[in-house]
Amino acid sequence: MAPAILVSELVKSFGSTRALDGLDLAVETGEVHGFLGPNGAGKTTTIRVLLGLLRADSGSVSLLGGDPWRDAVPLHRRLAYVPGEVSLWPKLSGGEVIDLLGRLRGDLDPHRRDELLERFELDPTKKSRTYSKGNRQKVGLVAALASNAELLILDEPTSGLDPLMEAVFQDCIREVKAEGRTVLLSSHILAEVESLCDQVSIIRAGHTQESGTLAELRRLTRTAITAQTAQPAEHLADLAGVHGLRIDGTHVRFDVDAEHLDEAVRRLSELGIRSLVSHPPTLEELFLRHYGDELERERELAQRFSDDRR
Amino acid sequence: MTATGSELTGVAPLTRFVLRRDRVRIVVWIGAIIALVVSTVASVHGLYPTQADLEQVARASEGNAAAIAFNGPAQGLNTLGGQVAFQVGAFGLVVVALMSLLMIGRLTRGEEEAGRSELLRSLPIGPHALAAAAMITVAGMDLVTGGLVTVALLSQGLATAGSVAFGLSFALVGLLFASVGLVAAQVSDNTRVVYGIAGAVLGASFVLRAVGDIGNGSISWLSPIGWAQKTRPFADEQWWPFLIIIVTVGLLAGVAVTLSSRRDLGAGLMAPRAGRPDAAPSLGRPVGLAMRLQRGSLIGWSAGVLFTGVAYGSIADSINEFVKDNKALADIIAAQGGGSLADSYLAMSFRILALVGAGFAIQSTLRLRSEETSLHAEQILATVISRARWAASHLVVAFGGTIVILLVAGLSVGLSDAAVTGDAGAISKSVGAALAYTPAIWVLVGLTVALFGFVPRATALGWGFLTVCFVIGMLGQLLDLPTWVEDVSPFQHVPQLPAAELTLVPLAALFVVAAGLTAAGLAGLRRRDIG
Repeated sequence: MAPAILVSELVKSFGSTRALDGLDLAVETGEVHGFLGPNGAGKTTTIRVLLGLLRADSGSVSLLGGDPWRDAVPLHRRLAYVPGEVSLWPKLSGGEVIDLLGRLRGDLDPHRRDELLERFELDPTKKSRTYSKGNRQKVGLVAALASNAELLILDEPTSGLDPLMEAVFQDCIREVKAEGRTVLLSSHILAEVESLCDQVSIIRAGHTQESGTLAELRRLTRTAITAQTAQPAEHLADLAGVHGLRIDGTHVRFDVDAEHLDEAVRRLSELGIRSLVSHPPTLEELFLRHYGDELERERELAQRFSDDRR
Repeated sequence: MTATGSELTGVAPLTRFVLRRDRVRIVVWIGAIIALVVSTVASVHGLYPTQADLEQVARASEGNAAAIAFNGPAQGLNTLGGQVAFQVGAFGLVVVALMSLLMIGRLTRGEEEAGRSELLRSLPIGPHALAAAAMITVAGMDLVTGGLVTVALLSQGLATAGSVAFGLSFALVGLLFASVGLVAAQVSDNTRVVYGIAGAVLGASFVLRAVGDIGNGSISWLSPIGWAQKTRPFADEQWWPFLIIIVTVGLLAGVAVTLSSRRDLGAGLMAPRAGRPDAAPSLGRPVGLAMRLQRGSLIGWSAGVLFTGVAYGSIADSINEFVKDNKALADIIAAQGGGSLADSYLAMSFRILALVGAGFAIQSTLRLRSEETSLHAEQILATVISRARWAASHLVVAFGGTIVILLVAGLSVGLSDAAVTGDAGAISKSVGAALAYTPAIWVLVGLTVALFGFVPRATALGWGFLTVCFVIGMLGQLLDLPTWVEDVSPFQHVPQLPAAELTLVPLAALFVVAAGLTAAGLAGLRRRDIG
């Protein structure tokens, strides 16, 4: 089956700013795809190109087998979208907005709508101007989830939701997935991506850094090891693939590249392992690894400012 | 911590911030008003170079109820200053009032509605500091405007007392409508409604003084614009009516402070009502949404046109009566040849009402841009609605609303005229005369759509087109503009019914231009990025 979304070498500039710089993205039908990147990386711009709101400067974009710029109207019949900042008409009530968007898309399911209103605990009679950020977001979510669209494009859909509603959202997405529908989920909430997504793409400065299943991404990266040894932990620094080594007598902590894991554990074993904790990298660590240089720079800055203050 | 003045802590930096942020807007407003006054002085100078000229025009104007209805009481018309005050006074006062109420609404309720006030209010600033900074800014604009008007008149060699009185009337009328705007900003939690309330007060002020000035002048005392004109610049100034304005400003400011202290940030006086839990069937198509969004605005503009139209229409007959009794005036009309004075008056009324109607049409078209920048359009366009269909939904309201407003204009003038004269023929005559402006207004809509399609950031220039048409229509003859400049305005090509014959060719040409501009704008919209 053709991929639901296939983007390659996508470039989009606004004046002198190159917002997208050769971005690639492939989302297979039926998968929940996490779309990660820091603020300003180009996630929303990509989504707007996918919706046919922006025209790509170069590169190819295919959405549900069509060209989102040329075939926007027929393609939109098959997708539902939740913007990152759900901006509502202040005069209309939440219920009116949900019905309006559903009817304009043409597939509002009234039973599903009522069920979702209840699950998200949203009062549909309130005027939009009086909703909080979280409640505005709920309006957008109910409007999109009440459809039977085969593709959901969600741009940071849960920003402003409380943990309880976050759980409701995750349940809804699992139901959508069980029905074989496709979801593109741009998010900052890594726990959410970790628990929902089959595939993840990490972008930076308009360019795709890495893409694959979580397991694949993990395999490419380091495992964290914390151990207590019988003998003082020495001579570990010369081990290949070891990073961030910290030794405190018989207590040792380091990260090790996947291909050197075996050797590192063998060396520890020679020292007599008293306790050993190892865990695969969290998505947060994966994510930060791609922005490690930025983090490094930020820490240097913080250090310099605190030195200045002294 | 300072206990004293804590209500207003932070006013100075906030005022500097407002001045910095709105500096272009402030300079443009003041510059436009001063340019208007200066060019009027120059043209009056040129038109009536000798005292004999002034005496002649004064005699003509004193009997011209139409001119009095639009300009103000006939006082000191045989002086240069008096003519300037007559020609630009009422119009200038309305513009300075608009400047003040739009600025104050934007700086207070507008900021609050956008959520920016909340951020500022979290800082150590007093609860009234934001409103005070807005008021100081607008009062400063009014005083600078008034001061510059005085300086401009003095530099043309006009009398000192009259120049000061005229400048002061600009400053104080501005201040008064800023206060009206400030009160309105406490009442409603919606900036558009704030403009509507303050604008309605301004409209009522203009109409009350028009009705009063045509009569014995007593009704004009109900109008703030009337108060300003009662100070009689260049015609034996009497200063005490300024006191009424100053006291009223004080009272309104007190009301605003009281209301503001009693309400929550972001709220109005009226608690928001609950809405429908689901959408009515009409809200299932883009045009249903566009109508829903613009309904209030169409009703508001129509009400303004209705009110003004009834006032104009009921005056029409008094002009006929007047002509019967006035041999001198009858001679003037006979010398002009052609239509009767009443018909010329009606033709001018319809031109003004059409310009007002164009205000609605431009605002309605600009809704496209505001829907885009507020990210509302994005959600509509992510559904099955094409760009053309989305744009068409708002244009249906702009084009259709134009017809509605012109119908209201024609009916209100015609019915009130017919009610006075008992001549039912006035109704169809008026409706036809008003509707003749339809293609002219549509040309302005088309120009705005073209901007929206090709230079979306500049869409608001639509108001600029209307301003140009307004200046040409209202002041064209006075400013003695060359014909080709006047021809820029589509309104100049509309036959001046009922004073002139109906000619279809220019109307058809305007229609074609409007259609072409709209089609071009939509084609541009299809090709550009949204947002």
